[in-house]
Amino acid sequence: MKYVIMFTSTPELDAQVPPERAQAVYGAMYQWFADNADKITDNGVELQPASTATSVKYGANGPVVVDGPYSEAREAIGGFTVIDVPDLDAAIALAKSWPGIELPGVAVEVRPAVTDYSQFE
Amino acid sequence: MSDPGTATPSVPPGGAVAVSDAVLAKAVREESGRIVATLTASLRNLDLAEESVADAVLEALREWRVHGVPPKPGAWLTQAARHNALDRLRRDAAYRRKLTLLAETPAPGPGVADERLPLLFGCCHPALGPDAQLALTLRAVCGLTTAQIARATLSSEPTVAQRIVRAKRKIGAAGIPLRIPEGDERVPRLDLVLTVVSVMYNEAHLVAGGDAAADRDVADDAIWLARVLAAALPGEAEAHGLLALLLFHHAREAARAVAGELVLLGAQDRSRWDPALLAAARRELDAAARLHRPGRWQLQAAIAACHAEAPTSADTDWLQVLTLYDLLGAQDRSPIVRLNRAVALAEVAGPAVALDDLATVAEPLAGYHLLHAVRADLLRRLGRADEARDADRTALQLTTNEAEQRLLRHRLALEGDARPARGAARH
Repeated sequence: MKYVIMFTSTPELDAQVPPERAQAVYGAMYQWFADNADKITDNGVELQPASTATSVKYGANGPVVVDGPYSEAREAIGGFTVIDVPDLDAAIALAKSWPGIELPGVAVEVRPAVTDYSQFE
Repeated sequence: MSDPGTATPSVPPGGAVAVSDAVLAKAVREESGRIVATLTASLRNLDLAEESVADAVLEALREWRVHGVPPKPGAWLTQAARHNALDRLRRDAAYRRKLTLLAETPAPGPGVADERLPLLFGCCHPALGPDAQLALTLRAVCGLTTAQIARATLSSEPTVAQRIVRAKRKIGAAGIPLRIPEGDERVPRLDLVLTVVSVMYNEAHLVAGGDAAADRDVADDAIWLARVLAAALPGEAEAHGLLALLLFHHAREAARAVAGELVLLGAQDRSRWDPALLAAARRELDAAARLHRPGRWQLQAAIAACHAEAPTSADTDWLQVLTLYDLLGAQDRSPIVRLNRAVALAEVAGPAVALDDLATVAEPLAGYHLLHAVRADLLRRLGRADEARDADRTALQLTTNEAEQRLLRHRLALEGDARPARGAARH
């Protein structure tokens, strides 16, 4: 089954991580991608900070451009990766092994991807 | 309704016989979980399998009440469930593809002790919320109807129905496997299952607005499920531990509720405890101990055993109870454990020490009626009658269980409290 795993964190807590530690975890993340290459179908992307986001949504007079992310939540998605594993337990095991998970405010969201489009036929 | 086919209801000559609902419930409980498991395996669709069995259960409750339980209730239910699955598949666009799946009826694989267990672990998967775990287990594994689950869990029928539908959809869409976890995952996942079974037993006993006479059905279901687990996983000490714990509690049932009134442990007539159930509980605890893998369910059962061994409340070995709570507290840091420990601490070190200790859980348990009931008891023993009454009144306000409310009101009346209890206005 295909899952998208989204790496979320809390920017204000990210800023408190000492640079050496952040560097070490970053290195471990590279290794994680290499170690799990057989389960990863798309490395996905790492995102620039949420402070660089711009949102476009529909207003009374058509689309409006707004500074900032669409959601005002404290947590922000920092990147995502697509994996293909047999079931949710395997996806959870992979999420648990993500090196960033030990940092404060970090969570990994696991979402199944729609692959069967027969429901829309 | 679907035709149950080859099943032949045993109607005695002279006409239909009414069967007690207890016999019905037992037959349904024994059979439905297996059928859901088998049908799920062949259809590879829990939702469809579960709906088909749930409908068959409703049909059985209707039919069997009139015609009696058929000689092979399992065959009757299987047949009815398969017919229902066929009916549902005919309406499905992908009908032909799935129909071939139904034709294959896989036998349980080798080494599978009980085909219901993978289903049970799936229903209690941590990716489902606790309410959903309980509702889905009651329905898919125990064969309860949505209405029965709603009564036992104090929820409305639409709420329960929606919980079950969402949980089944998530199992399908998110790829939650129906499987007994192996390796490092086994122990924490089993603990989740045991927690659901324990909650099931407790829910049956604390139905708000209900009587102290427990909802027998769901308590029996919980014990039955604990037995299924202990029998299928004989090497798992905690499975035996939970069964022992539930049996100890069940043994006290007759003394716990007298004429609809709740009697606390210390005041129970111990001659009314069921000796056969106590013996069965001890056997389970021994079986667990022989596996040399202690855990929180065994410790709770051991505490219950201490109470069972004391001929009177005054004979209780409180030091041993306290020691067991210390061990339990090291494994389970829940404030509830700390609260229960304080009761034993009061007996060993005195009410003043116990009262001080309760300060550590005052915040997390502020909304929990038993914290205030225990505080009231300690304050009364310390001669602080006014504070005791205040604590009892807070407890009364916080509980929704009528039997507990009556007990607290009785206690307040004994204390000469003439003020109308504010909690009384809630019902």
